[in-house]
Amino acid sequence: MDLLAHLPALQVIVPMLSAPLIVLLQPRGLAWAGATAVALLSFAIAVSLTLAVLDGQTIEYAMGGWPAPYGIALSVDAFSALMLLVVTGASTAALLAAKPSIDKQIELGRQPLFYSAWLLVLSGLVGIVVAADAFNIFVFMEISSLASYILIAGGPDRRALPAVFKYLIMGTIGATFYLIGVGLIYMMTGTLNLADMEARIGDVVEINPVLVAAGFITIGLALKAAVFPLHVWVPNAYTHAPHMVTVFLAACATKVSLYVLIRFDYMVFQSKLVDHDMQFAMFAMPLAILGILVASAVAMFEGHLKRLLASSSVAQIGYILLGASLVSVIGLSASATHLFNHALAKGGLFLAVACLAYQYKDLRLDQLGGASTRMPWTCAAFVVCGLSLIGVPGTAGFISKWLLINAALQSGPWGWGLVAIILISSLMAVVYIWRIVEALYFNDPVEDDVLTSSEAPLQLLLITGLVAILNIYFGIFPQVPLELANSAAALLMEGAK
Amino acid sequence: MIPETAILAAIVLPLAGALAIALAGRISPNLREAATAITAISLIWVVWGLLPTLMEGGRPSVEVSEVLPGLSIAFKVEPLGMLFAALASGLWLINSIYSVGYMRGNNEKNQTRFFACFALALSATMGIAFAGNLFTLFLFYELLTLSTYPLVAHKGDAATVRSARIYLGVLLSTSIGLFLPAIIWTYMAAGTGDFTAGGILAGKLNDPEIGLLLGLFVFGIGKAAVMPMHKWLPAAMVAPTPVSALLHAVAVVKAGVFAITKIIVYIFGIDFLFAAPSSQWLLYAAAFTIITASLVAMRQTNIKRLLAYSTIAQLSYVVMAAAILKPLAEVGAAIHMVAHAFGKITLFFAAGAIYVASKKTEIAQLRGIGKRMPWTMAAFTIGALSMIGVPPTAGFVSKWYILAGAFEANNLIAVFTIIGSTVLNAAYFLPILYMVWFEQEKEGGKEHGEAPVLAVLALCLTALLTLGFFLFNGPVIELESQVVKGLG
Repeated sequence: MDLLAHLPALQVIVPMLSAPLIVLLQPRGLAWAGATAVALLSFAIAVSLTLAVLDGQTIEYAMGGWPAPYGIALSVDAFSALMLLVVTGASTAALLAAKPSIDKQIELGRQPLFYSAWLLVLSGLVGIVVAADAFNIFVFMEISSLASYILIAGGPDRRALPAVFKYLIMGTIGATFYLIGVGLIYMMTGTLNLADMEARIGDVVEINPVLVAAGFITIGLALKAAVFPLHVWVPNAYTHAPHMVTVFLAACATKVSLYVLIRFDYMVFQSKLVDHDMQFAMFAMPLAILGILVASAVAMFEGHLKRLLASSSVAQIGYILLGASLVSVIGLSASATHLFNHALAKGGLFLAVACLAYQYKDLRLDQLGGASTRMPWTCAAFVVCGLSLIGVPGTAGFISKWLLINAALQSGPWGWGLVAIILISSLMAVVYIWRIVEALYFNDPVEDDVLTSSEAPLQLLLITGLVAILNIYFGIFPQVPLELANSAAALLMEGAK
Repeated sequence: MIPETAILAAIVLPLAGALAIALAGRISPNLREAATAITAISLIWVVWGLLPTLMEGGRPSVEVSEVLPGLSIAFKVEPLGMLFAALASGLWLINSIYSVGYMRGNNEKNQTRFFACFALALSATMGIAFAGNLFTLFLFYELLTLSTYPLVAHKGDAATVRSARIYLGVLLSTSIGLFLPAIIWTYMAAGTGDFTAGGILAGKLNDPEIGLLLGLFVFGIGKAAVMPMHKWLPAAMVAPTPVSALLHAVAVVKAGVFAITKIIVYIFGIDFLFAAPSSQWLLYAAAFTIITASLVAMRQTNIKRLLAYSTIAQLSYVVMAAAILKPLAEVGAAIHMVAHAFGKITLFFAAGAIYVASKKTEIAQLRGIGKRMPWTMAAFTIGALSMIGVPPTAGFVSKWYILAGAFEANNLIAVFTIIGSTVLNAAYFLPILYMVWFEQEKEGGKEHGEAPVLAVLALCLTALLTLGFFLFNGPVIELESQVVKGLG
């Protein structure tokens, strides 16, 4: 049996089947070690899948040898590979760094359950990415969502409970909308497989149910992806979740829904529905622009570190959507690159936050005085990732902004307006990142105790530093993510033809 | 050393130096200062080692990474950048000697951060000097802003942080809001951003657009402090004096005017720009800045703020000289960068020495100080005379060339601006010199002598350079004439 041929299935199955086993690993630290090993293995699988699709081909896989309309089909192309890298990479980095932070926040007895839920989230998210039919996407979405409710509410912060309840309600509405949409399409086409759907939608005579379905699916996924103004669940959920969970989810969870949104729209709807690309652009672009501006403005005035970064995430989702709404190869390429780069930047920032949480129970900005003396390395890593978020040249963030600006300029007469919006929001990012920098470096410590250097545990710090360095590395040598993004964009646009 | 290696070494060396300084600072201050000195000396060795190649007409270049298709991090040494790099690296060593005396004499906090960021800023400066295209220039331009921010905010109290915010705010918002769009526009129009002899935009843009793009560049490069983008420079005066001396008289501000000159010469091309009527406004904007900043300088009561406004005016000399768009004036622009650097760093050194020795910061307090600090004030006098442009100082040489260029272009506005501003410069510097040397000190002042010997040594050196440049400027002019060879 050739193991390599089964990689798409293993990508999902390995974390999913390990999850119940982790529960059994009660002795101290074993659950963490097990979960981390599984995450590493998933990452390795994602890397080898990436290598296999780097030349632009698509891997199709039929579960159990049952061909597509009857069995469960999986498919991996450049776009999914990029997404797999982001998801498994974020999970691996977070888990590698997580032990000290999790030990502090989750009591020992519940840790195996916690790590088990973590792996379920992981398998759900990668499942969404590789699934080739609409219904399995829904199933994996539910798996990842339900498990992530557990993760978010799993910490010591009781305020996470109302936050997660809000997330649960909104998430369920989103998933239901999606399911309604899929049901309508199934009614009209008689298939759940995305490729078949695309082929048959053109034959549908009565087009209205399909249009309604497109609306339901887009809104439902936008809810899950925290597209403005459907983002209200994000700030609280990110703020009150355990710090390492925030790292993991902020880096990839909403992006996976956005991935499905983009894929569904380009692969299924745009090819056969007349003028659907215009409808999509008209729907997505205003929301993207509003999201970028409003969420950045909110972040400028936010006083809590994690909530500020969460608001910024909503704005960054706006960038990704903006690129996709331009309906062009370069726009999609900018979107896909930004998926990757923003995961790097925001993951790094939240890792640094987890480090800061070691010294500061209260993460409001005015409480963070003296951080640069206590934790010089953490603060340095924070600044680097912050610069990447702003999009300073030499960091990963600049690459995607540059692509996005290019895409905007090539999009037509309103291009310069979009450029202005991107630049203005970059300046807003300068403001909100610099508020944090000033708090870290220049505020006086709140308590009058002696300032000594006392960094976060080495394990956490090393990963944080590594992610910060990656932010610079991918700013100077962005070839790999760029290549994936370019062939992803080419595939999507081809699908839309 | 092979020129290509030398280019990379010039950027990596100060970077490694910053790391070494940060680590050595934990062990002992002396070791840290040694790290600074070694880095500065080896940087001079590397950078000045490129000079012979340049003199022979070589243009070494190296590409690091093609970030995106057509957009690469690449370096190329040409005479303007060579001059800038040689100047900054040479003055860094002198400034480091001065800094040690100043920072220790003042018992400043966080000295390790100070010296490490200084080295980082030098690395960025080298990157700007050797940048081979607009993207690389922009990358290091932003790095320079960010690495100097901790130096400006060094003191860390509320007022300083507020000023540092203005510094960062103006520089970043101009660069992201105007400079970046200009770069994008250039890449879109010309398909490249490489600095090429004769420019890359000829035939790619039409008339009103040329003026607009030039405006985006000039105001986007906030470091050049062309009004109204000058507010950050007086704000930056809250920094310790060595920072004001090297960065806000040499590296940072010169990076601004250097970038503008380089863009005019190698992106637009001076003949192309000369033929475009819509580029005329730059001359007026620079002339306006020169006169206005000189007038504002007359009303200053604080020494460093006076020097800051004088710097704003002197920077626009370079911009105006470049905007005359005649070969002689372009040479004058390059020479004025050097001349002003020598004079202004001397003045700042003197201001800092006065502060260390006597804690005096206001002009009115300087009465009779010449008797207590004869060396410092002699150097101050030389610096001030150079600002006015009196022979035998460096300032005379560059004004001569700019004036010659202005006459060549028959540009009476430039001529009258230079004459007018010379009068204004004299009007605010000469009374200070009179106070210093001929008036009596107020009774009951603090007893003090000269500043620490390292500081005095440094400022005497730069004063000597100011005088020496009057006599020995041949090689510089020869090198810079290469820029415009075959033109006009």
